[in-house]
Amino acid sequence: MPIDLNTLWFILIAVLFVGFFVLEGFDFGVGILLPFLAHDDTERRRVIATIGPVWDGNEVWVLTAGGAIFAAFPDWYATLFSGFYLALFLMVVAMILRGIAFEFRSKDSHPAWRATWDWMIFVGSLVPALLWGVAFGNLLKGVPIDASKTYVGGFFTLLGPYPLVAGLASLSAFTTHGAIFLELKSEDPIRARAMQAVKRVGPVATVLVALFVVATYLWTDSFSRLGDNPGLIPIAAVGVMLAAGLLVARRAMGWAFVMTSLAIAFTTITIFMSLYPRVMVSSLDPAWSLTIYNASSSPYTLTVMSVVALLFVPVVLAYQAWTYWVFRKRIGGGTRLEY
Amino acid sequence: MDALSLARWQFGITTVYHFFFVPLTLGLVWAVAIFNTLWVTTGREVYRRLTKFWGKLFLINFAMGVVTGIVQEFQFGMNWAEYSRFVGDIFGAPLAIEALLAFFLESTFLGIWVFGWDVLPKKAHLAAIWLVAVGSNLSALWILIANSFMQHPVGYVLRGGRAEMNDFWALVANGHVWVQFPHVIAGAMATAGFFMLGISAWHLLRARDAGARDAFGRSFRFAAVYALVASLAVIVVGHGQAQYMVREQPMKMAAAEALWRTENPAGMSLFTWGDEEHKRDVFAVRVPGLLSFLAHNRFTGEVQGIRDLQAEYEQRYGPGDYAPPVMWTYWTFRVMVGAGALMLLLAGWASFAVWRDRVDASRRLLAWLVPAIALPYAANTAGWLFTEIGRQPWIVFGLQRTADGVSRAVTGAELLVSLVGFTLLYGALMAADLYLLDKYGKAGLPAEAEGLSADAARA
Ligand code: HDD
Ligand code: HEM
Ligand code: HEM
Repeated sequence: MPIDLNTLWFILIAVLFVGFFVLEGFDFGVGILLPFLAHDDTERRRVIATIGPVWDGNEVWVLTAGGAIFAAFPDWYATLFSGFYLALFLMVVAMILRGIAFEFRSKDSHPAWRATWDWMIFVGSLVPALLWGVAFGNLLKGVPIDASKTYVGGFFTLLGPYPLVAGLASLSAFTTHGAIFLELKSEDPIRARAMQAVKRVGPVATVLVALFVVATYLWTDSFSRLGDNPGLIPIAAVGVMLAAGLLVARRAMGWAFVMTSLAIAFTTITIFMSLYPRVMVSSLDPAWSLTIYNASSSPYTLTVMSVVALLFVPVVLAYQAWTYWVFRKRIGGGTRLEY
Repeated sequence: MDALSLARWQFGITTVYHFFFVPLTLGLVWAVAIFNTLWVTTGREVYRRLTKFWGKLFLINFAMGVVTGIVQEFQFGMNWAEYSRFVGDIFGAPLAIEALLAFFLESTFLGIWVFGWDVLPKKAHLAAIWLVAVGSNLSALWILIANSFMQHPVGYVLRGGRAEMNDFWALVANGHVWVQFPHVIAGAMATAGFFMLGISAWHLLRARDAGARDAFGRSFRFAAVYALVASLAVIVVGHGQAQYMVREQPMKMAAAEALWRTENPAGMSLFTWGDEEHKRDVFAVRVPGLLSFLAHNRFTGEVQGIRDLQAEYEQRYGPGDYAPPVMWTYWTFRVMVGAGALMLLLAGWASFAVWRDRVDASRRLLAWLVPAIALPYAANTAGWLFTEIGRQPWIVFGLQRTADGVSRAVTGAELLVSLVGFTLLYGALMAADLYLLDKYGKAGLPAEAEGLSADAARA
């Protein structure tokens, strides 16, 4: 890979998505598992408390990715968000409901009030967990983009079998990831139930991630095209999922969490490497695909933004890591519940 | 309605809605940080309770600001794809910087502040809320740098059919930023000042308990001064902004005053009933010379009128209608300035009562301050409607028209779905938000010594 500024920004955006999926991935998982693993209100509050201090910071990864796409590849930003309009609308509605539900649910004790917001947390976590997979499936598979970089398909164009496999893979992987996170952050009985959930969902996720890799091989041009071959990374993605299973069997949950994080990271990297140097594939004519060159900002802007990123990304990483250190304790009977 | 109108309504509704919450966040965070500091330095319980009380209201509002902001981050691409292609090279940069510098800071440290009460040492915990304050105000700065480019484009060249950045510092040093940012921040502080005044007044009118009277008395005194200084600042800076506008967007000023022809000296309109189609007054009352003063700091001096500017712009940009909807600009400007004047009066009265130590006795003042919470909200909303509508027909002044910025890929039906969807969703959320603000605003102070949360103890 020649490293020019365009490539650097492509990598940076990939990094932002890796960060988003690894971090917000377990937030989504926790939200999806909420109705299943918590049996009364206090338990629900404890489940939410495991991600309470961090979910908003985790969400900013995708806001930054959005801003970075806008700054570095304006045509990508324009084509993607106007093209996937209704899907994005659904995603945003889900994220709104989820965010507001965290903050509002415990501010009133009426059972119907709390039950309503708890449903929002569930739906608001499930929908994005599914749709992000669908969206990336479509990026890779290709969508109808015409010569003027405009998306000419409809909403249902986006629901082909391959993107749906991708969506199910992300949904199940995030759920597993979240279950392991909960196991690490909670005390019994929630902890024991989280363990059960890992054992049930984990194998499904492993199969679906493997299926996604195979489908990518069969249904996209990623491995046949003379682009950047992701090499062993997709195999590694499946490998670390299997390793996670073994570690769970030995109750080495910390390491299992590292493995699901890696699985999510490797899958994301596979997608980005297969895309490279394209950012959106046109299914109408390969020449109409958006690439990191025909969709990019000027060299001047890329330079300015590179300086900003190199200065501030390390700072952000440092204080976010510190947050996880501050809130490393398990959530149990002794924890003050804010949400 | 055509796709363009739908896109504009949808964008306008969601953005105005976002800005219902933003000012309170920006202004209230300083108050929370100050009370928290007082608690840490004096160790007095009343300040801890005040920190918690205002902090709770702050958090409810903050959550609304955050979730509505998510829409903002993506909707330039959703609704205004052609605009995004045209200015992305310039406009995307401040947006990305905002996310990286500001959103991470505020969201991460807010999490630390909310959940860190018993976890962190007091001083580290205190630092977190100050960082939230810095982060949210930084966010305002960068988004306004982006917005200022649309009002007054600088630091760019036109190349390959789009605007490309050639001077990042020019973008940051844009004169428009340095009138707009102080105006918005002062307006936000005034919003928080009136919010606190209104709620404190409500309690002072009712509370019997001496502890509560003492605490809300302190809030009241703080808020009165805060609101007074901020109201004064927003007006002074607004004056500077008007002068900037006369230079850079004279059409906006003409539309704000329904000034059809260039005049010297120019009068400020008190009331105009105009005929937009023929660009003339039906009925008007003007204060002679006042508009010249607003524009030039003296009572003579030319202010250009709509007809003359229209002719000038036709020569420069080709045929077209270059006047914004005058009805809107005229009335929104009046709502803002009128609300500002009332705010100055009320904040002055409240501060006077504080100075004379007559707050408790001034029951009429207290009663008026409760509905006065609405004033800064009206001014903020009107201010943005004025700024944005007054820029029409341009999306980027002088460079791109709004009609050329709309997404091509999005159909009217899709826009209708999102317009109706967001409106319903936002309506429901507003109901929940007002319910909670009302509940916690009236709920009095949190318990004296509060250990582990009651729920945790019960479990
Ligand atoms: C960074 C850019 C930016 C910022 C900070 C704002 N806007 Fe804006 N606004 C736009 C960028 C923009 C825009 C994308 O450029 C629009 C869309 C159509 C247009 O003409 O400008 C616009 C239009 C627009 C409209 C519709 C005007 C019309 O179509 O006639 C309204 C009512 C607002 N805005 C209101 C606001 C409010 C309340 C804001 C406070 C948060 C705000 N804008 C901040
Ligand atoms: C129209 C352009 C705008 C965009 C794209 C935008 C984007 C966003 C986003 C994505 C968030 C959520 C951040 C998080 O999760 O922490 C947010 C929140 C916020 N925005 Fe905006 N915003 C816009 C307009 C404004 C303006 C004009 C201001 C201020 C002058 C502002 C100030 C804030 C603040 C203070 C927050 C913190 C949350 C809160 O309001 O309570 N935004 N914005
Ligand atoms: C009373 C005297 C005031 C004057 C003379 C004044 C002047 C102005 C002017 C000229 C603009 C438009 C700037 C532009 O488009 O370039 C503006 C915008 C605005 N005003 Fe005011 N204003 C006043 C009071 C207020 C008050 C009391 C508030 C809120 C509490 C407020 C909030 C806003 C906001 C939010 C905007 C839009 C953002 C901006 O362009 O700065 N204004 N004001």
